[in-house]
Amino acid sequence: MENKVDRGLAQMIDWKLVICYLLLLVIGLANIYASIHSADPEPFLAWSSRSGKQVVWALTSLVLATLILFAIKPKLWEVISVPAYLTVLVLLIAVIFLGVEVKGSRSWFAFGPVRFQPAEISKISTALLLSTIMSRQNFRMSRLKDFLLAAFVIGVPMLVIVAESETGSALVYVGFLFVLYREGLSGWILYLVGMAIVLFILSLATPLWVPFLVLVAAVLFFVLMHRSSIGRSLARRRSIIRLSLAGFAVGSALIFSTQFVFNNILQDHQRKRIEVLLGLKEDPSGVGYNVTQSMIAIGSGGFAGKGYLRGTQTTYGFVPEQSTDFIFCTVGEEWGFLGCALVILLYAYMIYRIIQDAEKSREAFTRIYGYCVASCIFMHLFINIGMTIGLMPVIGIPLPFLSYGGSSLWAFSILLFIFIALNKQENKYF
Amino acid sequence: MEINRTNKLLIGLAVVVVILLGKIFYIQILTGKYRENAMNNSMVYDVVYPPRGVIYDRNGNILVGNRICYDVLVTPREVGPFDTLALADALDVEADFIRERMAWYKAHRRSIGYRSQTLLKRVSIERYLRFAEVQYRFPGFTGKVRTIRDYPVNAGGNLLGYVSEVDARFIEKHPDEYKSGDYAGKTGLEAAREKDLRGEKGYHIYLRDSRNRIQKPYKNGEADVDAVPGKDIVTTIDASLQQYGQELMAGKKGSVIAIEPATGEILAMVSSPGIDVDMLSDIGSHYGKIIRDPNKPMFNRTVQASYPPGSVFKLVNGLIGLQEGVLTPGNQYPCEKGFPYGRGRKLGCHAHASPLNLEDAIATSCNGYFCYVFRNILENQEAYSTTKEAFDKWREYVLSFGFGRKLGSDFPSELGGNIPTSNYYDRIYGKGSWKFQTVISLSIGQGEIGATPLQIANLAATVANRGYFYIPHLVKDSDNVKIDPKYHERQYTLVDTTQFEKVIGGMYKAVNGGGKGGGTAFGAAIPGLEVCGKTGTAQNPHGKDNSVFICFAPRENPRIAVAAYLENAGFGATWACPIASLMIEKYLTGSIREERLPLEDRMKKTVLIGK
Repeated sequence: MENKVDRGLAQMIDWKLVICYLLLLVIGLANIYASIHSADPEPFLAWSSRSGKQVVWALTSLVLATLILFAIKPKLWEVISVPAYLTVLVLLIAVIFLGVEVKGSRSWFAFGPVRFQPAEISKISTALLLSTIMSRQNFRMSRLKDFLLAAFVIGVPMLVIVAESETGSALVYVGFLFVLYREGLSGWILYLVGMAIVLFILSLATPLWVPFLVLVAAVLFFVLMHRSSIGRSLARRRSIIRLSLAGFAVGSALIFSTQFVFNNILQDHQRKRIEVLLGLKEDPSGVGYNVTQSMIAIGSGGFAGKGYLRGTQTTYGFVPEQSTDFIFCTVGEEWGFLGCALVILLYAYMIYRIIQDAEKSREAFTRIYGYCVASCIFMHLFINIGMTIGLMPVIGIPLPFLSYGGSSLWAFSILLFIFIALNKQENKYF
Repeated sequence: MEINRTNKLLIGLAVVVVILLGKIFYIQILTGKYRENAMNNSMVYDVVYPPRGVIYDRNGNILVGNRICYDVLVTPREVGPFDTLALADALDVEADFIRERMAWYKAHRRSIGYRSQTLLKRVSIERYLRFAEVQYRFPGFTGKVRTIRDYPVNAGGNLLGYVSEVDARFIEKHPDEYKSGDYAGKTGLEAAREKDLRGEKGYHIYLRDSRNRIQKPYKNGEADVDAVPGKDIVTTIDASLQQYGQELMAGKKGSVIAIEPATGEILAMVSSPGIDVDMLSDIGSHYGKIIRDPNKPMFNRTVQASYPPGSVFKLVNGLIGLQEGVLTPGNQYPCEKGFPYGRGRKLGCHAHASPLNLEDAIATSCNGYFCYVFRNILENQEAYSTTKEAFDKWREYVLSFGFGRKLGSDFPSELGGNIPTSNYYDRIYGKGSWKFQTVISLSIGQGEIGATPLQIANLAATVANRGYFYIPHLVKDSDNVKIDPKYHERQYTLVDTTQFEKVIGGMYKAVNGGGKGGGTAFGAAIPGLEVCGKTGTAQNPHGKDNSVFICFAPRENPRIAVAAYLENAGFGATWACPIASLMIEKYLTGSIREERLPLEDRMKKTVLIGK
């Protein structure tokens, strides 16, 4: 009997995902220790040190994971999705008034020495509610009412987080578009959003004719992809032409208003970060300092790195925020290209594995939630690592499982293990 | 593979992974830029300054040594609240000075960052030790050891020159050699021998953190480079003679130079008024005063001033006349208080017996006689068809004595003086329309002729050597430093050795008497030393005449040749002559005879500047 249960568990739980998770956790702990390592090192487990604290966070995360896997019925997540979403929303709004200010944004609650960011758990609650409403039998992505409902669920916490001046965290919610796409959202919506971002950047960084040329090309591409339907009916053709013209008008408006948005809507530090990222301004000691130092640290790692605890840049504190948002610098400097590739491929495999599991599940809820988890991890991976190597502006979001920080690690652990638990539930049926 | 939405998303994931890894591959492997930046970021080169080479005199006495002092540095970021008055007391400065500096650091804290700033320079050991006792009370304040120049004797301020911190212009002129904070010789021997004296800087490499705090030695110090101390220099200067010359010249404007004829080594080189060595060691705080001084103490008259040599130049003209065969020692010329050269004009002379032969003419410094000599040289129609041709030949002779060109001494910023060319007179008076009468002043070393005191001293050495000289120089060969071989080569004049004896006879008589008409330089006579000399009184358009005297001793195998040139001092016999002879006596006998002590005393005490 005992044996049977064990074998059952071994089959039901996606151990490959769990191993990926544990590996990233260990890599995170090792690199957090390296990032606080100085010429006068503290012991690894010193409670006052970040590595010591992170060990506690990691152990409690494992407890949480165990509870989620074995103690909580997976059905519960669907049941509590609405109250959870609303509660977190209240917290998100409350923090604007009750939170402490950290680096210009009010997004942290402080309970004595413990600080906690509602935006971290709002990813989970949003993913749960999104999965709940989209898995309903009568949900049709092609129906405008349903699409708007999904967009509303994503958009509300996103806007509140923007109001908290945590634009970086809000950006992650753009990733939910991939979930909507998987569930039937027209690819042209992704195309539209992608093009809007491209035009935005081009109109800031290049002469005016460049974004216009791209806009014209983008509209032509749209028309070209629909050429098969042009011949069908006059109405269809008219609608394509109308859409193209509308797209062109909106694109032009976007290009012209970008300067306005840039100068009047974005905040000072965001503007500067974008300017540095786009190479509009060279500023290695000011805003660009973070990126410059981070690229120096990673770039000096070479193929195999300088060796664990041997990094001169990270050990001697040249990289700011190096145990949290810039943890990848320590990986890059001390483990080199090999370490970077290992970490990135671990994430990629994790995302791939989640998508595979999601596709295999019979429950729409599990599938949609799986895509939500994959999108979140993907967005964090791309934005965080992109930031450390100068591909993205400096957007302060953590690298999942690696960055120092209790609320972030807990949130990602819960996010992931809810999926593993759901997946386990799925496997029970087979 | 089916291109469904899932696969499209997975392809997107793969593309993003490739982009991330591609960029990482680029910055880690394809460019070396970041590795280089990382080294600049984290390595500190702590420069170890080598001690500068010591400068010795010819007898092994130290002229310039090194002394330890401290710079007090402050790292404003590490400074906490402190007792300003106590710190001011420990450092022996005004409290306001510290307040001002701290306020300045605060105003510039952004640009200063974590770097340290120099609060005080050149703090003496004694003062620094007092500060060190209470240093623990002032975190952020530290001391850095430095060696600075130390001068045990007050000898040769001008010729030694000073060392000071390099400025931006200096660094620009010597790229890759100097960095801000380095010191370099700026004048005199310190500048001329900079390459030997400075040594090579070493450095320790440390790793530092982003707050510029030193963490540990890089590779345990394996990559450190030791400093190479500067090479010591042995000069030809005799410190006690140099010092004695400075004492004699105190209060007077001019130069005294002593040369060892057999080697060309400069024994003493005094420019007065000069710079005291205690100013040299702290040139920064005296610089303004030195620059404003109307007597230009920085100006090294021995090589940078060009004067008419006056009557001492008669020796050159006499020797040229002898060599050219237009003068014999027995030639007698009349002189009735001067030399008439037409249209009622007359080049004046003082009262003396007439007519005179060459020896007596030199001894009495007869102007008239040397006008005849110079006329014979320029109007030598047997040898030269024109005055111009004869003049060119004359000039060639003069240049062979080291006049009218740089001697090529090892001293920086030496002037060449001036011996006019025939072309010059052609330009002034028109081609062929000038003759002996036009340039008659040259007979007696006046007119367009200009010579540095060093050139005049070199003339004394050349006569002492009977026809050749060694380029006068200040640095001797030593184990570390070899001098240019040119300083060991005899520079022959165009006048034969045999001719010199005829002139030297006159110089002997000028000092020791015994001739018809009486010598001009009795004051230089020292029993037993057989001084030979020639006075000169050169006209100075700015006030009183310049007093000139050259001499050497003993007559046979001379060991010292001296030239004294005093501006606005009057007759050569009055000032230049006793000063030069005292130099000789001091050098050859080590002391001054009792009966000459009052003379020495008078020379030392007389102030001529401003009279």
